[in-house]
Amino acid sequence: MADGVAVVGVAESDLGITDQTILGLQAQAISRALADAGLSLSDVDGLATNGAARFSTAQVAEYVGLRPTWTDSTAAGGSSYEIFLGHAVDAINAGRCKVVVISYGSNQRSARSRSLAGVAEAHLPDQQFEAPYGPLYPISLYAMAAQRYLHEYGATSQQLAEVAVAARAWALLNPKAFRYDAGPLDVDDVLSSTMVSSPLHVLDCCLVTDGGGAIVVTSLERARELRDDPVVVRGWGECTTSSSMAQVPDLLVPGAAVSGQRALTDAGLSVDDIDVVEIYDSFSINVLLSLEALGFCGRGQAASFVQGGRIRPGGGLALNTSGGGLSYCHPGMFGLLLLVEAVRQLRGECAERQVPGACTALVHATGGALSTHATVVLGVDR
Amino acid sequence: MSNDPAPERPLAPADCDTRGWWDATRRHELVVQRCDSCGHAQHYPRAICTTCGGSELSFQLTQGRGEVETFTVVHRAPNPAFTAPYTVALVRLLEGPVLMTNIVGCAVDDVRIGLKVSVQWEPHPDGRNIPVFTPEGGQHGFPADR
Repeated sequence: MADGVAVVGVAESDLGITDQTILGLQAQAISRALADAGLSLSDVDGLATNGAARFSTAQVAEYVGLRPTWTDSTAAGGSSYEIFLGHAVDAINAGRCKVVVISYGSNQRSARSRSLAGVAEAHLPDQQFEAPYGPLYPISLYAMAAQRYLHEYGATSQQLAEVAVAARAWALLNPKAFRYDAGPLDVDDVLSSTMVSSPLHVLDCCLVTDGGGAIVVTSLERARELRDDPVVVRGWGECTTSSSMAQVPDLLVPGAAVSGQRALTDAGLSVDDIDVVEIYDSFSINVLLSLEALGFCGRGQAASFVQGGRIRPGGGLALNTSGGGLSYCHPGMFGLLLLVEAVRQLRGECAERQVPGACTALVHATGGALSTHATVVLGVDR
Repeated sequence: MSNDPAPERPLAPADCDTRGWWDATRRHELVVQRCDSCGHAQHYPRAICTTCGGSELSFQLTQGRGEVETFTVVHRAPNPAFTAPYTVALVRLLEGPVLMTNIVGCAVDDVRIGLKVSVQWEPHPDGRNIPVFTPEGGQHGFPADR
């Protein structure tokens, strides 16, 4: 990156079942992240958010009392926040703004606002060509990707379940995880849980919780004045492949292949250089597809790659160290919380689940129905 | 799928891009859109060719046959129009394009990737017909390949 941009503040809002409003959770996260950065609202001139309203940046800015001169409300589902961060890096490097807050909040569990059928927009093609067949959105698309994966590579549901088992093991080390007190999972627990959309069981699917978060981004120069452990954005990439479920170009090679390569090239790093990996785990299959597309293992190898404790605490690959969307928190869109955890790992703040000596992190998020894909590479300063 | 007088399937109205496609279903014809310039076949119908950008597109009759590319058995119906369990599948037509559909006329446990299927029609109250697929007679896929 030309000049350098860093994350100087991160925070979660309250998580789980909060009985708070979306905007209230946003305000809470923004306040906490600014406090973490040693900044105040008056320092902020850029805002990126979505999911709060039809005009999300306007609504959130008004609610917290900001008048930003740079905004982004790219709607790319769970990957929006990695895209926001990339766009913010460019904007800060270009001098368009100085301090950007990226925020998200959802009360979907308290408000019982989630529907198995997703959100219908009557003018869109999927309402003529997909909705008549009753897919669950987006579970059934990920289920069809999983079915194809198992078929093509001879993998098993047992191997897939390991993703959820490992996520739970990490969550047991994270006091903020929704499943912190739930005890360990084993493969049989996953396989004997209710089938939702085959081959995905309910425990292959992410949680439905409230939650939110915010991060504060500024130039590396300013970041160094604010704190001695800024987290530098080393690279990023995005790739949009499709919108509806039947239009995904290749169910087994998501856009992570493009976004990941771009982010790593920017950073001048390879996957072997990465200490911590946070991958959007809306569904267990998403982790396997992403690991392969990002290059952590070869095509068709992820199912065996994750076995033997490799992605559990203490294993060879520190993956989804918060407990992930599967066992920590999944407030509709999870991408922001992936960034929060990666930054905390690089600052060494993660107590029991801390990855020793973590210097580099790769964050990869997926939005929609394998629709949008974004990767960010982060590192400690110097 | 149940044949009970359940609530009708959710189906948005045809629009100027898709009307020809839906009109064909009234004659029990499954068509795909083909680009007059480059010959690319695509589904769903739209105002542009996704390969060459051309805007002259025609509907071409298909054989109504294809193969299950992947599928899922849905165990929780999203609304009362559906009775779980039922199969949602992506079927690749012989002509190339992939469409989402249901596999009907066999047990959900008998659906396999690679199953050869052909189109059947489910009437919609507005006169259109919804294409679903059923295993082709005597060719129940490759159940031994699992």
